[in-house]
Amino acid sequence: MLAYLVRRIINYLILTIIATLLAYILASYTLNPEARYLGRNPPLNQNSIHNILAGLGQDPSVPVIQRALTWFGNIIFHGDFGMMYNNQPVLHSIIVRSGISLQLLIVGTILGAFLGVVLGVWGAVRQYRASDQIVTALSFLVLATPAFVLGVLLMITATRFNAAVGHQVISFTGQYTPGLSGTGRILADRVSHLVLPSIALIMTGAASYSRYQRSVMLDVLASDFIRTARSKGRRRGSAMIRHGVRVALIPMSTFFAYNFGLLVTGSTFLETVFSWHGMGELALTSITNHDINGVSGSICYVAVLILIASTLSEVLYAALDPRVRV
Amino acid sequence: MTTQQVDELGIDLTGPEQATTERGGHASRGMLVWLRMRKSPRFWIGIGIVGLMALWAIFGPLFYPWKPNVQDLFNTGSPPSADHWLGTDAVGNDMYALVMAGLRTSLIIGLIAGPAATLIAAIVGSLAGYLGGRVDAVISWFINLMLVIPSFFILIMITPVLNHLIIPGLIFFIAGFGWMVMGQVVRGQARSLRQRDFVRAARYMGIGTFEIIRRHIIPSMASLLIIDATLGVVGAVLSETALSYFGFGIQPPRTSIGTLLADNTQAATTQPWMFLSPAIVLVVLLFGVSLIGEALRDALDPTSGAARD
Repeated sequence: MLAYLVRRIINYLILTIIATLLAYILASYTLNPEARYLGRNPPLNQNSIHNILAGLGQDPSVPVIQRALTWFGNIIFHGDFGMMYNNQPVLHSIIVRSGISLQLLIVGTILGAFLGVVLGVWGAVRQYRASDQIVTALSFLVLATPAFVLGVLLMITATRFNAAVGHQVISFTGQYTPGLSGTGRILADRVSHLVLPSIALIMTGAASYSRYQRSVMLDVLASDFIRTARSKGRRRGSAMIRHGVRVALIPMSTFFAYNFGLLVTGSTFLETVFSWHGMGELALTSITNHDINGVSGSICYVAVLILIASTLSEVLYAALDPRVRV
Repeated sequence: MTTQQVDELGIDLTGPEQATTERGGHASRGMLVWLRMRKSPRFWIGIGIVGLMALWAIFGPLFYPWKPNVQDLFNTGSPPSADHWLGTDAVGNDMYALVMAGLRTSLIIGLIAGPAATLIAAIVGSLAGYLGGRVDAVISWFINLMLVIPSFFILIMITPVLNHLIIPGLIFFIAGFGWMVMGQVVRGQARSLRQRDFVRAARYMGIGTFEIIRRHIIPSMASLLIIDATLGVVGAVLSETALSYFGFGIQPPRTSIGTLLADNTQAATTQPWMFLSPAIVLVVLLFGVSLIGEALRDALDPTSGAARD
């Protein structure tokens, strides 16, 4: 099992490296870093533009492949992802911003998956009851709504709510209010900023997980081992939980890896809607500023997240399915 | 679990093309699916929603005086009224006319890109699964690579280069980044179909690889592919909307649901109609499409949903 896991991780690592290199090469062809310095007043002369770009490792006269390899070599040997357009090291920006993004992503992923599993099991157990129909209809609605629309809709609702209460209970710009003092107030403030984007992400996650979990759980409920568990005297609830849910979670762990990529994109959208200065903003501003190092760094970050999620899902699979454990 | 369901489906499809209807007569498989579909309220609601919205997007402008890019300078940012049915945006464009135009763009992209992604998945997946060996290894590796790459960021980088080819370009790239998961499912299916007698018989008769894939492999997965193509429309519209929302997809003067949402987000909390009308149209459309997809899934796959128990 361990050897298998190590082999998978190495495989993912190679994929991540290739994905990052491809992203760098693609960025070098589609983005034009020179554009940042043209059209300035007073105009910069061609030599100084050239020098700046060469300093960033983006000298247009050097072949793209060579630039990509130099950039990659610096990551491997010096842990240096290069500089961003605003002369911040890429790695530093990623570390600072990923802390902000991961808050949202971790809360959203865990609670979303949990809620999705609960709703899915509930829907399967009470198939075609009113509760199942309502949850199904709602999850279709949420799945038909892009994450950013969900975010804005929640903002509209929160505005109404705040107006009704007459006090700014829910805040929805940025991740905190600057200039607060006192641990309690700062904590409350953080939570009040985290509420809306988290709800949006949890809803998106829960909707897709619950659909899938419901269908898997229905398959499990119809299978023989549940009947066996019931006939040997287990009560319905305990047969359901101890035997049913556990088996139904096995295919979910694979689905988790697929869905995680979607959640990362979703949280990028939500960060932008709620003006969080996270990785989503970093990626978007890097692209609009023609910053090749910044873009490649962000794509590497997402690829590493997907790598971690895929590995986690394999570990989860092994933990749940005794046939895999050796 | 999913693959097993589909396996059963494969057996179902490859058997004699007959099934018994509830009246005791015999019906073809297509007939049987249609009989199941006809009883599904989800299907009718879905078809109704999508059909009406498509008709509205195409013929609606004929019955409405305002054009999408004509500003009514005396009524900027006005709420819905008898004159402007859905109000106007901040510069006085009529929201009703804009939403119809935007819906048209989004529909074109979604209806082409979704099925196109399924087509790629069908071809690439069955090639990998049917041929096996080195071809399979290369394709599987490529699919894994594509899954690691965050497609949204790649699309963001590509779309500004497309300029006036933006709509065909968006269709091409959204389809090009949307087929991988289905491709893996198709690959698994094709691997098991390869060993079936009817495929072997065809092979021993000397029929070429592409012919076998076209005549035997892909038709055996038809139901799976139809479902994916339907739900793919939802994914494609969502991709287009997200790209345009962040300013990378459809560019002015063209309109799509995504650009409308983007233009009116700022005013969303103070003048909600500007944001709500394109948002509701989008959600209702995608809701309708997913209802059709689910009804198809229930009708085509006897082991799932409504046809169960």
